[in-house]
Amino acid sequence: MQDFAESFSLAFSLVWSFDAHLMEIVWLSVRVSITAVIIALIIGFPLGAALGMTRFPGRQVIIVLVNALMGLPPVVVGLLVYIMLSNAGPFGWLRLLYSPTAMIIAQTVLITPIVTALTREIVEQLHQEYDEFFKSLCISPGQVLATLLWDARYNLITVALAGFGRAIAEVGAVIIVGGNINHLTRVMTTAIALETSKGDLALALALGIILMGLALAVNALVMGFRSTARSTAFG
Amino acid sequence: MFNSSMPNLSKYSVLSMLALLSVLVHPVRAAETIILQSTTSTANSGLYDHLLPIFKSATGISVNVVAVGTGQAIKNASNGDGDVLLVHAKAAEEEFVAAGFGVERYDVMYNDFVVVGPPEDPARIIGLDNVIEAFSQIANSFSVFVSRGDNSGTHKKEMELWSAAKVDVAAASGTWYRESGSGMGSTLNVAIGMEAYVLTDRATWISFKNKSNFRVVLEGDARLYNQYGVILVNPERHDHVNATAGKAFIEWLLSKGGQEAISAYTLNKKQLFFPNAR
Repeated sequence: MQDFAESFSLAFSLVWSFDAHLMEIVWLSVRVSITAVIIALIIGFPLGAALGMTRFPGRQVIIVLVNALMGLPPVVVGLLVYIMLSNAGPFGWLRLLYSPTAMIIAQTVLITPIVTALTREIVEQLHQEYDEFFKSLCISPGQVLATLLWDARYNLITVALAGFGRAIAEVGAVIIVGGNINHLTRVMTTAIALETSKGDLALALALGIILMGLALAVNALVMGFRSTARSTAFG
Repeated sequence: MFNSSMPNLSKYSVLSMLALLSVLVHPVRAAETIILQSTTSTANSGLYDHLLPIFKSATGISVNVVAVGTGQAIKNASNGDGDVLLVHAKAAEEEFVAAGFGVERYDVMYNDFVVVGPPEDPARIIGLDNVIEAFSQIANSFSVFVSRGDNSGTHKKEMELWSAAKVDVAAASGTWYRESGSGMGSTLNVAIGMEAYVLTDRATWISFKNKSNFRVVLEGDARLYNQYGVILVNPERHDHVNATAGKAFIEWLLSKGGQEAISAYTLNKKQLFFPNAR
């Protein structure tokens, strides 16, 4: 397949030349997905931890529901957010459709269940370990929650990365609510879809290679940071 | 087992998180911008990359193009998610105006549809000049045909041709007749992968890069005429529509300058769109 060789050299020359248009698209992809991850963490960490450390009737039902929402199809999320943000929809007055903010909202909806469900799993195990200890301390549930999250922080980094991976890779939601508008809402995945539909498979694959490189770089960066922090903390 | 450093989610970390968020989410909308709901055929051929900078330098207005199938573009415009609509399905466009969603429809330009197929030409249609006859032969020989199947302008045209050829494609769907349900470019990719015939607008075909050994097997029938129309989304229906800038764009497209800019756009030395505003 000559497409492969062509794509690799194309990817390399695009990155090497620091192509301005490419950098714009890469930066928007990163900006949108990282913002969505941060918001999803702010919502999902406390929510997941609360689910993991409490017992109440109907809890199993909520857990099943949240776990199921991990499988939300991006295109369905895109459609729901489009209907909400459309000028004919309830939040049309915000004028957010076809903006990066709309894309952030869609990705946040997509990954918050992932963060919540995985956090619940991790915190629940940790809580069982610490249960006796917390009882002996008589501390408030808020403190318990914060302590559990803090102690699980290295595992929660992987949760954040899972969310980021899902966000940066999805195309179905952002193409509907962002509209793939050049210089405004075009991100890596929508650009790949566009080039594929133009039949420029070599360029599409080159962009795919760059996107995978980007994901690799973010993961390496975070894991490097994590092991440094860990060795500082535990000596 | 218990880490001594207690969680310290201080005010500062929360504040810095919010500051980071506000940097990341800053609004991007410029003052004079309009959203153009349009088709993949016009956008993917590069026409807008040629036209819009000329329009912008003349008026300062930027045009953001959302390129989807004609059916979806009309739906989005009906929801008020756009200022101007530029598509190619005259009947649906007139319906859109009649329903009060658009102000008035103008002819802008035209090109034509072509039938593309594998060089082996299993239905023996090379040499024909009658598209209805060609479609009948495709159906009678059970040669694979890939349809957009997405209610786009091209799909509507194709359905007209099948009904003129008296072929019930709905009954054949899944056998020799296959609906891709996606855009023109993706459908061409599918057709090439399946060695199938496909109806496409000429602009997309000329600019398409994954042609393999496929070629135009039929062209030139008057029934393959492809008219594009432009409509301002009705500001009385959706009050946020930027009517002034939208009108300026439409007037420019229909003006001598806009029409000449459309003619001037070529790809591989071929003119893709022919202006015909009246």
